Amino acid sequence: MSLVEYSAHELKQLLVSGEITSIELTQALLDQIGTYDDHLGAFLHIDAERALARAADIDHRRQAGKPLGPLAGLPVAVKDVLCDQDGPTTCASRMLQSFRPPYDATVVARLKAADAVLIGRTNMDEFAMGGSTENSAFQVTRNPWDPGRIPGGSSGGAATCVAARMAPLSIGTDTGGSIRQPAGLCGVVGMKPTYGRVSRYGLIAFASSLDQVGPLARTTRDAALLLETIAGHDPHDATSLEVPVPAYSHSLEQPLAGLRLGIVREHFAAGLDPSIEEAIRQAVEVYQSLGATIQEISLPHSKYAVATYYVIAPSEASSNLARYDGVHYGHRTDESQLQAELNARRQQLQAAGDERGLDQLDNGLVRMYRLSRAEGFGPEVKRRIMLGTYALSAGYYDAYYLKALKVRRLIRQDFDAAFGQVDLIASPVTPSVAYRLGEMVDDPLAMYLVDLYTVSANLAGLPSISLPCGFTREWLPIGLQLQAPPLEELRLLRGAHMYEQATDWHKRQPALVRQRHTGV
Amino acid sequence: MTALSRNDVEKVALLARLQLTDAELDTMTAQLGQILGYVDLLAEVDTTDVEPMAHAVELCNVFATDQVMPSLPRERALANAPRDNGRGYLVPAVLGD
Repeated sequence: MSLVEYSAHELKQLLVSGEITSIELTQALLDQIGTYDDHLGAFLHIDAERALARAADIDHRRQAGKPLGPLAGLPVAVKDVLCDQDGPTTCASRMLQSFRPPYDATVVARLKAADAVLIGRTNMDEFAMGGSTENSAFQVTRNPWDPGRIPGGSSGGAATCVAARMAPLSIGTDTGGSIRQPAGLCGVVGMKPTYGRVSRYGLIAFASSLDQVGPLARTTRDAALLLETIAGHDPHDATSLEVPVPAYSHSLEQPLAGLRLGIVREHFAAGLDPSIEEAIRQAVEVYQSLGATIQEISLPHSKYAVATYYVIAPSEASSNLARYDGVHYGHRTDESQLQAELNARRQQLQAAGDERGLDQLDNGLVRMYRLSRAEGFGPEVKRRIMLGTYALSAGYYDAYYLKALKVRRLIRQDFDAAFGQVDLIASPVTPSVAYRLGEMVDDPLAMYLVDLYTVSANLAGLPSISLPCGFTREWLPIGLQLQAPPLEELRLLRGAHMYEQATDWHKRQPALVRQRHTGV
Repeated sequence: MTALSRNDVEKVALLARLQLTDAELDTMTAQLGQILGYVDLLAEVDTTDVEPMAHAVELCNVFATDQVMPSLPRERALANAPRDNGRGYLVPAVLGD
């Protein structure tokens, strides 16, 4: 068996026992990336030299008997949205193409302190806005199970690199499903922790009340290992929770005795792919055979979740992305051209005696902002900034933003009531499997509607996990989503582990194609 | 809710500090109209006496200790600036044109 096929847990044991070195492991993964990533496009940046130097350093420290961190020598891929002062952090945007962070995100700092080997930066939808990774300004990422299809998004590179055995562990972020949805579509495990569980310091903000960092891996045990490394209070993030972090990987194996599993009446409606419905129902039967009792519950406001999300997330985004002004960092338009254009327009208006036109003409600073942003952002980012700006503008604030915040509370209250009856909620991750590249690019609303099962956990702040639970006839992965009450990550992981032990979906591997990029 | 006009979209583009091309204004008007049409679904929810929920974890008053801490040195804060003079950021002249 090649080193790239082992789980992080197994690799950790091999490293600790001295059977393999981090250099060997890192090199094996770099070779796997070299072989397949030209075609799959999971990574935006690879710094092989730095990764190997880091691996060598850890190997030396291990040989010298020095104390090492919990991820010592294990390669981890990081979504290109978390600041790392050792390299670029682009958010897959032209806006940040040449940005070099002046500090590390807390998650990145914790990975470094845990002696992980940061192997590369993964592709994503620009500023994490999207569900297909097609909104990256730089490259397409392909689903390893069918390279003609999307890997999901926005953490598409993060899911692809794990599924294609290019990294055993990877870090993603989830604002409305951006970890769970690509994990589901690529057949790997992906987890969004409770809001506040993991620090957002140094995470480039999309929607601050919804964003959360989390792990992607091939097993729940590996996800637990990565989560316990990155979780915990951080004084740099005022919304990070000051609560102890359980050692998730230690008690993972205890099954949940007397588990009450909820399934949601509203989830099994028109629009759900029948093969996904069947896989979810079979997964529920597996739980039943493990002793769980199944209860049908109702989340009456779930049909409003997507509409609520697509008011709140763009509103927060429009505010967060105001910082990209061409002044402090990021792309700035060519100023000489800008001034020339403004002068020409001014002369035109003066000659025509158009006082109103002159009045309305942007000054140099405003035009610099507008052009820098127009050139730096892609279409989806512009769309969300526009949507959010509109929803927050005078006259519409009450009807859109304030209304959405109220419905958000009703959505949370539905969950609070449901968790009075059940311990975990099981559902699909997506209503359909991975679609073809390019299939949905012209229909943003249709793309947004695909988020119906995942956005609620972000709105309510719940922890939620996606794990492999089957395949369609065309061998496209299907994900099972489990949700738990806030801070019950351990319950979630134990529940996921029970299922994983009883099934072998997580062991299936895509037949990777050695092929160079040939266009969509 | 009222339909969104191209003129509305132009005003929002200025508020958002985005310069949109004519083609972008057309597409944006159609797409935003469609999305807002869907979002209008929220109007049917009875939210009388419901408190808005701005955050998933409703913390209040997280204070840092009142203590001077190190911050980014100026040269590192300016390192990514498109234009600077070593002391501050430079922008196009705002006055006097």
